[in-house]
Amino acid sequence: MFNVLWLQSGGCGGCSLSLLNAESPNLITRFKSAQINMLWHPSLSEASADEFINMLDDILSDKIQLDALCLEGSVMQGPNGTGKFHMLAGTGKPMMTWLEELAEKAHYTLAIGSCAAFGGITAAGNNPGEACGLQYDGKKAGGLLGAEWRTASQFPVINVAGCPTHPDWVTDVLSQLAMGDLKLNHLDELNRPRAYTDHLVHHGCGRSEYYEYKASAEELGDIGCFMEHKGCLGTQARADCNIRPWNGKGSCLNGGYPCINCTAPEFEEPRLNFTETPKIAGIPIGLPTDMPKAWFVALSSLSKAATPKRLKDNATASKIITPPGNKTP
Amino acid sequence: MTRKILGPFNRVEGDLEVEVEIADGIVTKAWVNSPLYRGFEQILQGKPPMDALTYTPRICGICSVSQSIACASALAQIQNITPPSNGQLVSNLILACENIADHLTHFYLFFMPDFARDSYQNKSWHKNISNRFRAQTGTATPTMLKARAEFMHITGILAGKWPHTLSIQPGGTTTSVSASDKIQLLGILTSFREFLETQLFADTLENIIQLETDDSLKSWMENHPQADFAEFLQIAEDLDLHKLGKIDAKFMSYGVYTHEDNSFLPQGLWANGELSELDTNLIKEDISSSWMLSQNGAKHPYQGNTLPDPDQADGYSWCKAPRYNEQVIEVGAHARQTIAQNPLALDLAKNSQSNVRNRVIARLLELARIVPEMEKWVRQINPEEPFQIISKLPDEAEGQGIIEAARGSLGHWIRVRNGRILNYQIIAPTTWNFSPRDKDDIAGALEQALIGTEVDNEGNGSVAIQHVVRSFDPCMVCTVH
Repeated sequence: MFNVLWLQSGGCGGCSLSLLNAESPNLITRFKSAQINMLWHPSLSEASADEFINMLDDILSDKIQLDALCLEGSVMQGPNGTGKFHMLAGTGKPMMTWLEELAEKAHYTLAIGSCAAFGGITAAGNNPGEACGLQYDGKKAGGLLGAEWRTASQFPVINVAGCPTHPDWVTDVLSQLAMGDLKLNHLDELNRPRAYTDHLVHHGCGRSEYYEYKASAEELGDIGCFMEHKGCLGTQARADCNIRPWNGKGSCLNGGYPCINCTAPEFEEPRLNFTETPKIAGIPIGLPTDMPKAWFVALSSLSKAATPKRLKDNATASKIITPPGNKTP
Repeated sequence: MTRKILGPFNRVEGDLEVEVEIADGIVTKAWVNSPLYRGFEQILQGKPPMDALTYTPRICGICSVSQSIACASALAQIQNITPPSNGQLVSNLILACENIADHLTHFYLFFMPDFARDSYQNKSWHKNISNRFRAQTGTATPTMLKARAEFMHITGILAGKWPHTLSIQPGGTTTSVSASDKIQLLGILTSFREFLETQLFADTLENIIQLETDDSLKSWMENHPQADFAEFLQIAEDLDLHKLGKIDAKFMSYGVYTHEDNSFLPQGLWANGELSELDTNLIKEDISSSWMLSQNGAKHPYQGNTLPDPDQADGYSWCKAPRYNEQVIEVGAHARQTIAQNPLALDLAKNSQSNVRNRVIARLLELARIVPEMEKWVRQINPEEPFQIISKLPDEAEGQGIIEAARGSLGHWIRVRNGRILNYQIIAPTTWNFSPRDKDDIAGALEQALIGTEVDNEGNGSVAIQHVVRSFDPCMVCTVH
């Protein structure tokens, strides 16, 4: 069995609750299929208080083998580096100290969600909690454990980033680790699993035709493309949200609002605000990933000139008003 | 007399520490500490007001939609707009989905597994309960997780995803429901109803809703022994859970599920058998026992601020102490249902005030009452009509957004100056229930509820304390935020 310990610190618990959304099969059956033994998870385990603290001590004294340590939520270093913003209940010891000690025992260490990976939402604004990730502080490598830190298995912290994470992203990587299938080259440049970051949120987006013809939405809830006006980062964001649906058939774009690139470090401080595209002289800033600027500008102006009436009509409506096949008068 | 620090308590959302004073095996005093501070109220200062719709859901991954709605309502008040009928219906459906899923998760994953503990192995019911509810291995867990995940497809259709949606806006929702979506939504609800009517209640929701007295509930229990709900009622009777975690019922509800000026669960206060009107001007937060820089007396949230200071000598929690007209208040499903004048909730409150048993019953009663409403809301959606109205935000304004989350009353208070957030204050349900002492040394609701709990002299592994704590379904990440 593959022993997993899941701890929470400066986060919202949303990645755990998202994990419970796993289906076909459900979470418990998924664990069973990969022979994962959840040593302890705050929402799933019986052990509380002393029973739990004794278990942590047993891990530190090598009585229990720890295959994977998962942290959900940011590392709370404040105030003034003391870690007092999160003392693990019943222990009088800062959670960040527990994490440093337990990470040394874990065969693999995983940051679940963008908070644990990079600091995330908890690090927004003036970062009052001095929140950071396990091995990153925003875009900068380092964080709690330091850029050069590696587990006994020579792995960096695996950053299962997202706000929240998709349940499949978490169970996929845990299952691959349990089966011995995950290799270092399966991680991207920010140590996120390439299983989902080799894709862009743009892939499979239901608004693709509007994107192609630059038929843009003006308000949230419109069915046109959100890139030009509404701050959508789907053409840059690394995730498979429109290929691997959320809660049955959902995604942010299907929900009528833009991608905010929540798998990326520092997404919590948008360029202008979350739902508005910054522009210079009326030209939106930001290019689709891997797109040469001159070509993008040229193609955009060309496609904009060729936009069918149907797409122009529908882009700024909340439901289809002009169906396909209508001839332009 | 001994003092003992207990924690962490899992199967609550976030981290929690409780200190108890024990004399002769009975808890005589308790102090509740929320040991995690993140600083959302500080993070929000200076941000564009509309960005609060992205930040505030992330206060909490379990009450995320409630946070969205409180925020959107505060912004709507600033804009002086009311969402159209469709927008209200869709918001209600998303919120109900979250709240109902929370009640279900609480019952199956957070609360019942404690009865499967070995400390109850001499009980006649232990073998059955252990087989069905033991953490991770109980037979109920995979079945419930499947039903919950499929029920959450409602959020996939209406909110894009859960948690953390941006579909809820001041003027309505960004999702428009098509005729085909309506059919899918009804299918999901019917399928979820089947789960409830075979597993949780082993009876129709309509029959559960019609239970009007504690006595009728008892005879229902005897006639439906195979229901998970009945299993709980039997344990409650055996362990006298109506005497555990008991406090005088002083209830508040902000009201919820409003459609065209009518709230299915209305707002109000309830104490000593009397219902009274809510006046949010009487809400103040005291920080006498909080690790917060001192301010001049308790403040209404418009005037309140949040300046953490771990060296405050009298502090023992990051949580502030909200009071209504200087009174300690309990919030949650029992409060909501009592204020809504549901006969069973009223009968429970009159017979035995607020306690572990009543809190759990009220959640399941609410579950049975809301699902049929959701079916009605879906049918009322008119795909031809708009789902939102768009309006500009003034540069100077203040707004209040109040709503009922699964765990009780949630309020956001926002002040905008020069188009930016000047102050943003949040009072969450568990801030009410798990508040520390105030300036008059009056303990919070859980602190009072723990008094009289029987434990061993060390307080170790006291499962009774865990029942009391978990009966509130605490959400600690909301509590301090």
